[in-house]
Amino acid sequence: MNRSFFAQSPSVLVFLGCLGLATLFVTVLSEAFGIGVLSTSFIKTLGKTLCLCLIAVAMDLVWGYAGILSLGHFAFFGLGGYMIGMWLMYERTREIVESSMSDAVIPPTPQEISDAIGNQIFGVVGSSEFPLIWTFADSLTIQLFLVVAIPGVLAGLFGWLAFRSRVTGVYLSILTQAMTLALSLYLFQNESGLRGNNGLSGLQNLPGVEAGQDVVSMWFFWASALALGLGYLLAARVISGKFGSVIRGIRDNEQRVRFLGYAVESYKLVIFAGTAMIAGIAGALYYPQAGIVNPAEIAPIASIYLAVWVAIGGRGRLYGAVLGAIFVSLVSSYFTGGQAPDINLGFYTIKWVDWWLVMLGISFVLVTLFAPKGLGGLVDLWEDRRRPDRHGADLGPDAGALREKEAVE
Amino acid sequence: MRLLCLLALCVLLPVAVAAQDVQSILQNHAQIVAKPSRKTVSTVIDALVASGLPQVPEFLERYQARDVFQHEDGRFVYADSAGDGYRLRDIDTGAEMGTAPKDALTQIKPNGGVRRVLAGALVVFQLSAPEIERRRTALDAIARKPSADHLEPLRATIDTETDPALKARKQRLVNSLTAQYGADTGERIAAIEGLAQDVSVESRAVLSRIVQTTAGIAPELPDANIARVFEPGQDMTAEAAYLQLVDAGLAPAALTSDDIRNTLAANIDGGTVAGVPVARLSDPSARAQAYDALAASGDAPPRITEADKTQAIAAYRFFETYDEPNPEVTAAAETALAQVQTRVAVGQTIDLTLDALSLASIYFLAAIGLAVTFGVMGVINMAHGEFIMLGAYTGYVVQLFVPDYTLSLVIALPLAFAVAFGAGVAMERLVIRWLYHRPLETLLATFGISIALQQLAKTIFGTQARPLTAPGWLDGALVINEVIQISYIRIAIFVLALIFLALLLFIFKRTRLGLEVRAVTQNPKMAASMGINPDRINMLTFGLGSGIAGIAGVAIGLYAQVTSEMGANYIVQSFMTVVVGGVGNVWGTLAGASMIGGLQKGIEWFNPSNTLAAQTYMIIFIIIFIQFRPRGIIALKGRAAGD
Repeated sequence: MNRSFFAQSPSVLVFLGCLGLATLFVTVLSEAFGIGVLSTSFIKTLGKTLCLCLIAVAMDLVWGYAGILSLGHFAFFGLGGYMIGMWLMYERTREIVESSMSDAVIPPTPQEISDAIGNQIFGVVGSSEFPLIWTFADSLTIQLFLVVAIPGVLAGLFGWLAFRSRVTGVYLSILTQAMTLALSLYLFQNESGLRGNNGLSGLQNLPGVEAGQDVVSMWFFWASALALGLGYLLAARVISGKFGSVIRGIRDNEQRVRFLGYAVESYKLVIFAGTAMIAGIAGALYYPQAGIVNPAEIAPIASIYLAVWVAIGGRGRLYGAVLGAIFVSLVSSYFTGGQAPDINLGFYTIKWVDWWLVMLGISFVLVTLFAPKGLGGLVDLWEDRRRPDRHGADLGPDAGALREKEAVE
Repeated sequence: MRLLCLLALCVLLPVAVAAQDVQSILQNHAQIVAKPSRKTVSTVIDALVASGLPQVPEFLERYQARDVFQHEDGRFVYADSAGDGYRLRDIDTGAEMGTAPKDALTQIKPNGGVRRVLAGALVVFQLSAPEIERRRTALDAIARKPSADHLEPLRATIDTETDPALKARKQRLVNSLTAQYGADTGERIAAIEGLAQDVSVESRAVLSRIVQTTAGIAPELPDANIARVFEPGQDMTAEAAYLQLVDAGLAPAALTSDDIRNTLAANIDGGTVAGVPVARLSDPSARAQAYDALAASGDAPPRITEADKTQAIAAYRFFETYDEPNPEVTAAAETALAQVQTRVAVGQTIDLTLDALSLASIYFLAAIGLAVTFGVMGVINMAHGEFIMLGAYTGYVVQLFVPDYTLSLVIALPLAFAVAFGAGVAMERLVIRWLYHRPLETLLATFGISIALQQLAKTIFGTQARPLTAPGWLDGALVINEVIQISYIRIAIFVLALIFLALLLFIFKRTRLGLEVRAVTQNPKMAASMGINPDRINMLTFGLGSGIAGIAGVAIGLYAQVTSEMGANYIVQSFMTVVVGGVGNVWGTLAGASMIGGLQKGIEWFNPSNTLAAQTYMIIFIIIFIQFRPRGIIALKGRAAGD
């Protein structure tokens, strides 16, 4: 390698610079550490958006680079949230229970404390026993480990089963969707031990922290920015090397890569499970800011929206995914939040709360048809890059292959 | 028993006994009639019934309804309030007797117990009443609250019953009453064996009433009809056995940790409990030590140890006795119950199969359109569910204009096909044909259309569910017996699925279009070079697939409600059906739909309370199934398979 990594892909430096500047900017404008222009809830929205950007980067890796349209990565995101949520909820409840029991005449036994915590947490689903999966809920270290381990293991197992039997293309997409549905239906049951459709709540309160929500929200914003920066760097590093070339090769023609002697299944498995872990981390940062995680978050539709962000932002380039996630989630919260003014056509008033989804759906179709490069294509226009004139030939013969239209010099 | 015989006699021979009049009988028992009690009133009723007078039923009814009054001169009369006073009527003749002021009469008010006795006597009269409606009501009353008193009068009326259905019902009722209250053992056993032939809830209830048991605890087994004996440790846990002893008051309750804590808290003495510092009591062993010290000094009841429990349990036998004292009867009933349960189990299996079949036909209808488009074009249509919704809303709109449900259904089915066909063709022309080489993006583009359509439907029709009413002749269910039944709508959907199976098979195997479709499925380029226009075929196939989805929408709307999200509820199941069945093949979709419908019902049967779990396990099963048949149950072979 003659040139350094950053010289090879200058967009990474630009991206990290922008992220750093934005973080600084938000910090200066925040209530807790600056002049207080941005409200705490808006800081939380920004922090959550950064987490969504991180999972979009993961999605771009697995779809834009490896050609696996996974409709299950939001499930891993949710699982990450559940894992950290268990600790947050347990510790928070323990604090409350211990402080309320400290007044008792007879000091409580550990068993009594644990029973009281169980009653607090699971009373809502008519139980008071701790299920087996809560065994490690009192240990932050183990739960943090599980944030990556559970999505990693689940994705590894699923990927191993699916890739081994050579399920590809739309079949694989549908199968991942089925997995997501199965997981969310499972979590909806009270027997799953994760409080059924109530989900885990009160996650915005950090146990043992006296600081107010304005300060905590900034901590999470910084943590999300740091995670996004590191995740982006890692993703850029992965795709710029040999590994990246192989997975791009798999995207364009899996058979040929296999015939060249690469263990296609292993590459796919690594990228699938690795991005699932990134998704888990993103979820673990997202849900403490959202305050609640429930099975509805995991429903298949969320994962499809994830694919929509990446497609609108422009797949096959990492900053495209980030652009898409920021653009769609901020625009969507603008329109659905009731801030957009209604348009009066005289005979009919367009209410954006009702029509936003219609517009999103149609613009999504239009982007797919006319701008396959998405928002990232604007960057090409600006840089004056042109597509090679290959007279319409495909870059690869496979169904998932990069087409000439999408390729750049 | 004597009363019963008399009752029967009077029913059979209404005017056999020398005629008196009711008034004189009442005067004979004037004291009792004026102030009836539950015990004494039967004397009067006996006498009345024995007289066999035709006016007795009316008297009993009015007596029960508190319409009978006693006049100052001691006579009993019927009276209706009229103006200030009452208009009187004679009990025997019913003739008007002029009026009387209010204070000349005393209303007779039989209490609830007396009225029940009267009702029992009345039932007998009603059983042989000339009006069929009254006889039916009487039978219902007996079936609701059977008692030994009803057996003989009921049996006596069977021969004179003219209505065959009612006669059969009476016979069944007599049978079940005989099984419970029959005079001798042989008769009862015969009746019980008769009940074993039936699977109705009523006869099962009778049998289980006969084998009803009561749990008992005693030092020795009593001399009774014992159903079963429990050995603590084998048939029941020692813990449960001890709890039973506590409930029966035969042993002291074990101390809970709350009791111990409260006792300790009550005995705090200057920062220590029995010498143990309070601060140390967060340790369970320190608590035990402190409590034992309290117990030793007599300040608290001693703790009950495991040894105490074992000893207490060993002193008693745990058993259940039949409420029915006759062991032969209970044995026969147990055998009959086992037979009935086997028959019910068989019935339930058949019922489950029918359920699975109807679910499978719904999945088939929902998925076949998807399978056709997926198979022919390799295109996944995420908006397929919205075409189902489109069809259902078409049906709803048609019903708004055509009030006749049968006619509106006849219009709605082809119209739903046409609407969905049009939508499908439009979508194919405008969007999908530009994306044939990029199947993953088709998936996303059609998803965009899906959310837009869903939101549009929500904006137009609102979020609440809209009804799609089935015509009257589809109401109700085909009842084969009490266990096996299936609603007519489900049968109709099954027939609809069969029609479409036949229709599609015909199109694909017997028509020019089908031939061309199959050619394009197998090799589009080769088909094109043979003069087939793949563009046209794709368009028509897509329209056909979407049109069937529209019809499926009407069918689903008939038994579920029409909402903007109804399509989304079926889309994943439809995908599963296609993936499991294998693409591009009608039989494959049929196999997939049967498998998924069967599986879902089967898993639900194992755990009926939890349909969510059923779906979870089904999806996991499918993911594993794909391991073994990645291309579905019926896979295309050779070059057609594409690789």
